[in-house]
Order: sequence, then C-alpha cells, then structure tokens
Amino acid sequence: MKSTASGKVSGAGRQLLLGMVFGAIFGFLLQKGGVGKYHILIGQLLLRDFTVAKVMGTAIVVGMLGVFVMHWMGLVKLHVKATRIGANTIGGLIFGAGFALSAYCPGTNMTALGQGNLDALFVVAGMIVGSYFFAEVSGLTKDTIEKWGNRGELTLPDLFRIPHKPFVAVFAVAVLAGLVALAKLTIR
Amino acid sequence: MTPLTTLALAADSATDPLSYSGPAWSPYVVGALIGVLSWLTFYFSDKAIGASSSYANVAGALGRLFARRHTDSLEYFRKNQPKLNWELTLVVGILIGSFIAAWTGGEITDQWLPPMWQARFGAHSYTLRMIAAFAGGLLMAFGARLGGGCTSGHGISGTLQLSVGSWIAAICFFLGGIPVAMLLYGI
Repeated sequence: MKSTASGKVSGAGRQLLLGMVFGAIFGFLLQKGGVGKYHILIGQLLLRDFTVAKVMGTAIVVGMLGVFVMHWMGLVKLHVKATRIGANTIGGLIFGAGFALSAYCPGTNMTALGQGNLDALFVVAGMIVGSYFFAEVSGLTKDTIEKWGNRGELTLPDLFRIPHKPFVAVFAVAVLAGLVALAKLTIR
Repeated sequence: MTPLTTLALAADSATDPLSYSGPAWSPYVVGALIGVLSWLTFYFSDKAIGASSSYANVAGALGRLFARRHTDSLEYFRKNQPKLNWELTLVVGILIGSFIAAWTGGEITDQWLPPMWQARFGAHSYTLRMIAAFAGGLLMAFGARLGGGCTSGHGISGTLQLSVGSWIAAICFFLGGIPVAMLLYGI
C-alpha cells in the first residue's frame, strides 16, 4: 500500500507518532473485537464464527460514510488502490490460503502477538521471507500478472455508471441489511 | 434451527470455535470505532490503514543489511524503498494497543499453541504449528504484495472506498481461505 505524500502532512516526526497512536487504537480495538484470537479468526474461515465479518462490515459502512462525506466536503483525498483483476484474484487466493494456515492476517497477527499468542512470531518471520521472495519475482509479475485486467483506480459506482452519492447511500443500506441478516442467522 | 447451527453439530466440541471465548466487546461497536478511526487516518495523516506493506519494508531493510546491491536492484524495492514510515509505526502501534487491551481486560494468553489448534493437532504439535504459521505468513505476504494489500488495506480501507480491486481481493481472501481452513479441520 503506497500513497504519495501530500502537502497537508506537516512534519515527518509528527506523522510517525500519529501512525503509532492510530496503530495503538487499531490494535486495542482489534483485541477487544476478539480478532486476535486464533479460534475466532479460523472460526470465520470455517464459517462458524462470524465476528470477523461483523467487524469488517460495520467498519466498511461507518468508514465509507465518513470518508466519502469528508471527501465531498473537500476535507480528505481518497486513496483508491488500482484494480488489477489478475493480480487481485491470484494474490487474493494465495493470501487466503496463507490466512487459513496461520489464522492470523498481517494486522491481526500483531494483535495476536500483543495479547501473548507467541506462534504469531513465526507468521512475522514467514511474512518477512515471503515479502522478500515476492520482491525477487516482482520484475516478472509486473510485466505479466499485474498487467492482466489493469483497470486503474476503478470504483464500484464508476463500474456501474451510477453517481457516487446515491451509490454510497444505497450501498450503505445494502451492507447494513447484510449485517442484520448475519446477526439473525449466526450464533456468533 | 438455522442452517448454520446444523453445520455445527458435525463438529467435535473441542475443535468447535464456538466452544472458546468470544470477543470482549460487541463486534459492531468495534467495527464502528474502526470505521471512525479510518476517518481520522484520512483526515490527520492523509493515509488509509494497511498492515502488510510494513513486513515488506522490514524485509527490504534486512535485505539491504546482507545484500544491499541485490536488494536495491529488485523491482519492488526500487518502487518502495525501505524506510521508517507511518505504516511501520502503525504496525508497531497495533502490538502496543493489543497488549494494553489484553492486559487491562485480563486476556493475556502467553502461549505458543492456541487451544483449538491443540485440540486438533495435539498438545505438543509445536513443529507443525511452526511450519503452518511460517508457511501461512509466507503465502500471505506473497499474496498481499501481488494482490496489492491485505485484510486491512483491501479488506477494510479499500472496500470502504468502493475500490473494485479491493472487493475482488477481499472476496478472494475468503474464497482461498475457506477451503484450506476446512481441510485443516477436516470439515
């Protein structure tokens, strides 16, 4: 995840500190949400425990509404990642397989480690080696997989040719409906 | 009885995730607060939350210690030079915040093997867990770098911005993860 630095950012040191503060809040919330727990994370992939989906779905609705409203008011820039259908699909599937093996994803792995799940240390080691391994082949993937279905900064409303404001409103209702359905259909 | 309850009856209770403790706080409260946190990172830092790139950052820094010229020659590290940045301090922050939450909430685990893993693979399956955790990390990092992000960067930050690629990636995380998890737990 890369975003170009903007003029709004005042001081690198202040931003490094802010990053740590935001990270601490994020880690605190992830731990309280139970998503540092092995059984809750693997439980989601086993379709038994839907805590992860509930946390993510709620974060998406609330985050989307606030970020888009602030964007429309000219307060924030969006950081939409490029859509590369080939790389998103293949990378996503490989990531998913790894997620099941470790049960901790990159963010929740630090949550797991912070609460004392020491097996997360091996995930850290694997992530570092895996990152370097990707860098080794990154020249190759850039000219192949990353070119397949490269659509740039494409958003769902652009794809369906719907104006952003009504799309965001309808989408919020749709995700909320999904959350209500999850609450009714799942035990946890 | 919901369809999801019947699925559960097949599972042995010690390998049933629901026989272990749930989250300390409501997942909806936590999710909403993470949503608000994303407003703050956009507003105050002009950044979207993401976790996986920091591991690559550390990999690059370590690579430069041992093989500087080779590391600097690699496409990924040419575009993403290893350095102390916002994303890295964010990930360090997660560790600190989680510790505070677990400590104040009496949820410090201090264990090498999660209980549910032990129920499935044995109380002394350290080597197996080490291999699975390492291999899992390796695949996740490779997949995240190829796919452009992880469960945070795509799964929350990208999806909330309605990025098509992020929705594809997030769906693929689960499409890839569900069958492997089911194989692991023999469901």
